[in-house]
Amino acid sequence: MTTPAVRIRGVRKSFGRLEVLRGINLDVYPGEVVCLIGPSGSGKSTLLRCVNHLEKVDGGRIEVEGELVGYRRKGDKVYELKDREICRKREQIGMVFQQFNLFPHMTVLGNVVEAPVRLGKARQREAEQAGRELLAKVGLAEKESAYPRQLSGGQQQRVAIARALAMRPRLMLFDEPTSALDPELVGDVLSVMGGLARDGMTMIVVTHEMGFAREVADRVVFMDQGRLVEQGHPSEILERPSHERTQAFLRRVL
Amino acid sequence: MPAADRTAILDGGEGGDPRGHGDDVRAVPLRHPGRWVAAAVVLVVAVAVVSSLVTNERFQWDVVGQYFFSSAILSGLWTTLWLTAVSMSIAVVLGIVIALMRLSPNPVLKAGANFYTWFFRGTPLLVQLIFLFNISALYPVLTVGLPFGPQFFEIPANDILTPALVAIIGLSLNEAAYMAEIVRGGINSVDHGQTEAAQALGLRRSVIMRRVVLPQAIRVILPPTGNETISMLKYTSLISVIAMPELLYSAQVIYSRTYETIPLLMVASLWYLIVTSVLTLGQTYLERRTSRDRRTPETFLGGVLRRLRPHDTRVAAGRAHP
Ligand SMILES: Nc1ncnc2c1ncn2[C@@H]1O[C@H](COP(=O)(O)OP(=O)(O)OP(=O)(O)O)[C@@H](O)[C@H]1O
Ligand SMILES: [Mg+2]
Repeated sequence: MTTPAVRIRGVRKSFGRLEVLRGINLDVYPGEVVCLIGPSGSGKSTLLRCVNHLEKVDGGRIEVEGELVGYRRKGDKVYELKDREICRKREQIGMVFQQFNLFPHMTVLGNVVEAPVRLGKARQREAEQAGRELLAKVGLAEKESAYPRQLSGGQQQRVAIARALAMRPRLMLFDEPTSALDPELVGDVLSVMGGLARDGMTMIVVTHEMGFAREVADRVVFMDQGRLVEQGHPSEILERPSHERTQAFLRRVL
Repeated sequence: MPAADRTAILDGGEGGDPRGHGDDVRAVPLRHPGRWVAAAVVLVVAVAVVSSLVTNERFQWDVVGQYFFSSAILSGLWTTLWLTAVSMSIAVVLGIVIALMRLSPNPVLKAGANFYTWFFRGTPLLVQLIFLFNISALYPVLTVGLPFGPQFFEIPANDILTPALVAIIGLSLNEAAYMAEIVRGGINSVDHGQTEAAQALGLRRSVIMRRVVLPQAIRVILPPTGNETISMLKYTSLISVIAMPELLYSAQVIYSRTYETIPLLMVASLWYLIVTSVLTLGQTYLERRTSRDRRTPETFLGGVLRRLRPHDTRVAAGRAHP
């Protein structure tokens, strides 16, 4: 059996008194696309952010490609990593946010090449060449010298995807990538993501787009109140959910 | 021109129809007697001031003219200018450092920065300057070394603490406390999502600050920094108390000899006014440029070159975007 790309074991996380994650176990295999669904406040974003250590877990552990995220095990103790080492791990994990978070003071191409150049992955020229290819892949070849505010939301989000891909990540995390978009712009972003999935990228996608989950996901995971309630093949979870809470949620969103 | 239209114009042109060919509504504009009274008062005061400037011989305009470009005054002006530039530059850098300390998760750094700001904003600059000037009374010998540890070398304080150095240190330490607050406000104004996106890419904290956060904070930092520079220019006059020949002190040196106090103060004041006006113009230009940057960023050089090309001036003035 192959090692999971992501192995989440007993992860707990609280904000003050609020328990947001209450012992999550989840494995994601290489090339797999997992859609995380669940009601607002169920902890989906928090779980995703724990995977690249934007949030620290309070308990349990997360491994990406067989290595702990944010920590190092030595003997039977676990030590928090230095900023530099955490950064090195994050390079392998791309993340796309609901609010795009493009750098407004850089051009589209500038956004895409920033990380590879700063992190010494490529020289400016090579990075720009690779960046143009990525922009072509997300359908924005002609926008490379535009600034983010000159683009539509859907275009900005596709730039954000290209920017994350520029680091050649092994895993992509998407946190409601289409929720801030006008309905007519959602399709372009989802089709880019579908293409990425077909190319074999390992993806964890928090989404309310049940159509996307049904067509692209290998597995759908339903979360509620910090717990993983059920998971399975999309047809199974979306058509015949066994848990009453999943049924209630799907009745509301479908 | 109809009478109603004329009043509208005299009234500041609001609410009237200055061209006089409005055809739908011909309303008599609202009268503002209060404004007329206020304007009259201002006019009377202005006339009084100007006539006294002209008729009061004790202003001695000939003496003003005689000293305006004298070498002592010009060298004082030069000292004021470089002192402002040097102290302000140090203050900006130090202000960024203190702002970063205040924002750091390390409680010791944070407390140190808070103490610094508290101290330098809580005591008058004049007191700080005099204090620093007399520091040799407190520490006759300056040593470089570690507390209770090895000493590397020592020098008498009076040998290195020249008035110029005291001035630079005093002005920049004080200003840094204010700049720190401005920089902190600017950094906080940048959406946290920017930092998170950069972190997710694997960028390190220092790179994120330098490449992502500070360039965006600049928009918020720049306008108040312009104001601070103008204030700094005026605060350099405090340096006269430690006998450093900046603009005011140069004037003082002359009038203590010739007793032409008023004309020399006029010389100094006029120079201050000229420089602050130029700085204000520069500030307005910079602000307009950064706010246009929101749509089309361009390099400084690019902007200058574009301005030099005559056919492009209209684009420069209006929206530059397709
Ligand atoms: N930094 C934080 N500080 C305090 N509370 C937080 C923080 N981040 C999230 N929370 C809380 O944790 C809970 C779970 O948040 P999370 O964003 O993970 O939910 P979600 O499933 O992504 O919901 P949504 O669908 O609305 O995005 C919410 O109640 C939220 O208010
Ligand atoms: Mg969320």
